[in-house]
Amino acid sequence: MTWIRAGAVFLLLVSLAVVPWLLSPYDVGILVQVMIYAIFAMSLDLLLGYTGLPSLGHAAYFGLAGYAVALISTKLWTGAALAPLVVAGLAVTGAAGIFFALLALRTHGVYFLMITLALAQVLWGIAFKWRSLTGGDDGLPGIRRPELAFGLSLADPTIFYFAVLLAFVLITAFLHVLVRSPFGLALKGIRDSESRMLALGYNVWLHKLIIFVLAALMAGIAGMLFTFYNHFVSPSDLSLVLSAKVLLMVTLGGAGTLYGPILGAFAIVMLENMLSAWTERWLLLLGLLYVASVTWAPNGIVGFLAGRPGAQD
Amino acid sequence: MTFWIIQLFNGLSFAMLLFLLAAGLSVVFGVMKVINLAHGSFYLIGGYVALSVLSATGSFLLAAAAAVLAGASVAAVLQTAFLRRFYDNELAQVLLTFGFLFIIADLCLVVWGGNPQALPKPALLAGSVVFGEIVIPVYRLFVTAVGLLFAGALWLLFEKTRWGAMARAAVDDPEMCRGLGVNVPVLCTSVFVAGAALAAFGGFMGGSFVGVYPGADFEILLYSFVVVIIGGLGSLPGAFVGSLIVGLLDNFGKALFPELSLFTIFAPMALLLAVKPTGLFGK
Repeated sequence: MTWIRAGAVFLLLVSLAVVPWLLSPYDVGILVQVMIYAIFAMSLDLLLGYTGLPSLGHAAYFGLAGYAVALISTKLWTGAALAPLVVAGLAVTGAAGIFFALLALRTHGVYFLMITLALAQVLWGIAFKWRSLTGGDDGLPGIRRPELAFGLSLADPTIFYFAVLLAFVLITAFLHVLVRSPFGLALKGIRDSESRMLALGYNVWLHKLIIFVLAALMAGIAGMLFTFYNHFVSPSDLSLVLSAKVLLMVTLGGAGTLYGPILGAFAIVMLENMLSAWTERWLLLLGLLYVASVTWAPNGIVGFLAGRPGAQD
Repeated sequence: MTFWIIQLFNGLSFAMLLFLLAAGLSVVFGVMKVINLAHGSFYLIGGYVALSVLSATGSFLLAAAAAVLAGASVAAVLQTAFLRRFYDNELAQVLLTFGFLFIIADLCLVVWGGNPQALPKPALLAGSVVFGEIVIPVYRLFVTAVGLLFAGALWLLFEKTRWGAMARAAVDDPEMCRGLGVNVPVLCTSVFVAGAALAAFGGFMGGSFVGVYPGADFEILLYSFVVVIIGGLGSLPGAFVGSLIVGLLDNFGKALFPELSLFTIFAPMALLLAVKPTGLFGK
């Protein structure tokens, strides 16, 4: 079984590596979106699926990192290379993650949902109204993809594809290790019974803080990639709509599984592209998808395929 | 001084409109523990239905009745056919109500189009009251009065009637409430439908000065959320005080610091959350 799985992963990686020469530039672009959203969805799954922290404001870190690199590269330091941009973006996101975690981790359950939603709305409100800095709802256009070493540049679509693929594979591998580590198992313990973990002597609060900030940083990576991909950032990257969309990706794919969010991201991005090309009523269909996924696949695609309730990876 | 008085009245009328919307959201949360992201959609339905009925019949009373009825029926279907199945599963409820937010918004777009619309005001309330330099539209005063009236009526309903006592009991301890023979699912549906009817009525009232347009559902939802977070989830007095705070802050924020206008309501909310996560009146 493990050999079959290893072979499948190998085949998938090989096919992903030759994709730029097989698919049209449009389809490669879709695949880039899928991988970026997959990173974003996996980061939320760390909170929701593995630790039992239902965040309804996860777009905060995605958009904040996007705005950070956008503002730096368009207003502060126009020729900035990738490394300083990424470091600055992660520093801002990490700081926000720590600050928001300190506020949000005082609450539980449905109050956690509300507080994360509220905090994300603070950032959205600033981005939406502070026109002179953020461009308001017009967003910040014209963001250049930075240069890499050896004369390579992310402006080249193929190189950009491989950069996103590298980030996606590295993060997935890291999470694969993380969720099986003692730390990852402790997170699951907190999800299943916080009081028991407290009684066992675990510092539950510190575990939550670490995973909250880690998830924020991962979402930030996705947000920076997305901003470079679009050459654009706008308040919709911080919005409740995006937070709900990534939540749908996680639950549709299967919360608490490593590969569920990837499937969920794939399904939503493909559907959105197909439906919006096919009909003007895609908002209606997206709404129906929310209702249908909750009603008929409460454990997500992975849970549905595994045929047992609450299938856990 | 003139500026301050005029802005004060503008803020008060907006606050009372917010109260009509936030009261339902807050009480529904208190009784059912449901975060209803489709709450703003009832505003949209109420506003649009009132618009259509008004242009067909010319009667403001009929328009208001139709708006309330439309909001209440949609809410009844949403609650009995969907939400009720996901009791105690807040994540499913969030996704479900978010789906309905999209569905209702898109259906409204199909039926009523994408242009912002405003309800006409009754001729009786169209003028302005003038005190020297201070000019205040009569309609704003009317909305303030109606909001206060509803606040009083709701307070009586919750504190002095049997239904209100059952609802308060369900907020405090649903299990014990069940044990005492209250039919909690029926109670939940009645609270949900009443909250939606109130929001739809808000759509009728607000249609004349806030307007109805695609995206109004979302804006109203955000404002209502700030109100209930500041006031405390599940508390009617909290919704009232929260509405006053948010309505006034928003109005003065928009007038004094246009670039930071949303920040002037979101920042105090975040500050309050840091000090008292359950809100001013929350338990």
